[in-house]
Amino acid sequence: MINAVGRDIPEEILKATGKEVFQGNNYKDGVRFTKVGPTITPVMRNDHSKLVKDIHEALVKCNAHDGMTVSFHHHFREGDLIVNMVMEEIHKMGLKDIRICASSLGKAHNPLVPMIEDGTITRIESSGVRGKIGEAISAGKLQGLAIMRSHGGRVRSITTGEAHVDIAFIGAPTSDDYGNLRGIGGKADCGVLSYAIVDGNHADYCVAITDCLVPYPNFPAHISQTKVDYVCVVDEIGIPSKIATGAAKPTTDQRKLLMAKYCTDVVVNTPWFKDGFSYQTGVGGASIASTKYLGEIMRERNIKMGFGVGGLTKEMCKLLDEGMARVMLDVQDFDLDAVHNLKNPNHHRIPAGVYANPLNKGAVVNKLDYVVLASLEVDVHFNCNVVVGSDGVITGAQGGHPDTAQGAKCAIVICPLLQGRIPAICSEVTTVTTPGESIDVVVTDYGVAVNPARPDILEALKAADCVPLKTIEELRDIAYSIVGEPDPVEFEDRVVGIIEARDGTIIDVVRKVKDVE
Amino acid sequence: MEIKKPAAAGTLESSDCMVTVEPGENGIELDLESAVIRQYGRQIRKVTLETLERLNVTNAYVHMVDKGALDCTIKARVECACYRASGEKQENLPWGGAIQ
Repeated sequence: MINAVGRDIPEEILKATGKEVFQGNNYKDGVRFTKVGPTITPVMRNDHSKLVKDIHEALVKCNAHDGMTVSFHHHFREGDLIVNMVMEEIHKMGLKDIRICASSLGKAHNPLVPMIEDGTITRIESSGVRGKIGEAISAGKLQGLAIMRSHGGRVRSITTGEAHVDIAFIGAPTSDDYGNLRGIGGKADCGVLSYAIVDGNHADYCVAITDCLVPYPNFPAHISQTKVDYVCVVDEIGIPSKIATGAAKPTTDQRKLLMAKYCTDVVVNTPWFKDGFSYQTGVGGASIASTKYLGEIMRERNIKMGFGVGGLTKEMCKLLDEGMARVMLDVQDFDLDAVHNLKNPNHHRIPAGVYANPLNKGAVVNKLDYVVLASLEVDVHFNCNVVVGSDGVITGAQGGHPDTAQGAKCAIVICPLLQGRIPAICSEVTTVTTPGESIDVVVTDYGVAVNPARPDILEALKAADCVPLKTIEELRDIAYSIVGEPDPVEFEDRVVGIIEARDGTIIDVVRKVKDVE
Repeated sequence: MEIKKPAAAGTLESSDCMVTVEPGENGIELDLESAVIRQYGRQIRKVTLETLERLNVTNAYVHMVDKGALDCTIKARVECACYRASGEKQENLPWGGAIQ
């Protein structure tokens, strides 16, 4: 069946998953539903100990079984040691047919590939995957389907019961013996535990894993003792240098600086740039540079940010410290400066659901004026692809891309026209992960294109005469004139993964990639 | 042009390609590895074979490792490797002629 972004979703996938095809951004607006809750094991006795000696004991006590779903958060990013540690034990116990429900998986989790090959792991649900797991899924090695969900979509899927979690494993920088968890104060601080909040609320069993046991009570707790069944102390939960990649050096790449300049020019010349505006940006070189430029203009014109949100970085926190932003809302920390900045009383932690769940009573992303995003590919319909490489192999993650792009009044995608020989602006993206209706402006090093659905933005930018305006088709034509038109990547029929829209409908599928001889 | 000895041109840097040509007896044998083979493999082969034809190279083993080079780069690297392999003296090279 053809969906609202023109992708053909095979009937057998709709039948097998019980899902509908994507029907447009606001399809589920106002549609009532009932949330599901977990089955919990109450603790009444005052002599009960939650401490277990190792992961094995935790698994046994949590009734680990074939076919179960285990969940993880990705606040430790490429420094995560929790997923491999738990899955190795599950593998050793000989359990099969496991579904992993993770907020994201990265290259750190390459050791899971043999467990995919031998049927220990048969389903993966994640924001995305990088490295060897992506290659394994694209090669058809996962028996079941991979499901890629945005950060908001993951919270939705757990609260609706679509993704029922049997055991959540929550890596916690500090915990007491009764399961009060915090993202700071330990050896491997990640600052916040935002992605794991929903796991705490909805998993049947919840196991905290820490390498820093502190005296009771570990307060204020980011995840409460009332959600945690067991506490397991291990030697190491994460590699600090890979969690917070450190204050990234400001980019000197002229192409990125040019795009950063264009991006800031778009922001300051559109109507929402006024005192109290809200803003989210990412961690890429151009994004950070554009935040820096933006800060300069804010100081010059004395325009203050009402709130900033997101995965936070040094540049954003600097605005808070200087008084140029009123509050920061934090779901993830990309560098140590952001972790340390949590000491600022106006720097608030928010759960991933508050940030982006499309099916609550209104998420923070809905209040965004601007979001600055990146993309692997953007097509002439403004559809974005942030999950599947142009070679057809899964290599990225949705993250909050679809959530913030839909929520923000002005969603800007920064994307160099060419990535090596690959044109990032193309006729059809390999896979649609964020629908074009969410994307308002595309900034490239060869010019800026505005979605024709947003004549208000186009008028504002024309009037300001601040950036070289092009149509998206013109940008694509420039790209193709330099590198040639790419041949479409060849796929087999077999569907290996589905890309869920925020509301749980299917926006696209990922097929097994054909071998090149 | 006759390929008399093995020769190479290019690098393995991003957006470049490394071309090695060796004497061959059974026409052109082209062995291609590319970072963008799924999208541009056909195009890279075409440009390489056209360049060899323009240089009148009829027997050669050609090995190319491509890192996303544009067509102009591929042509230049193939030309360079072939002339090095032909043993021609530099002053005899047809600049502006067969070398475009």
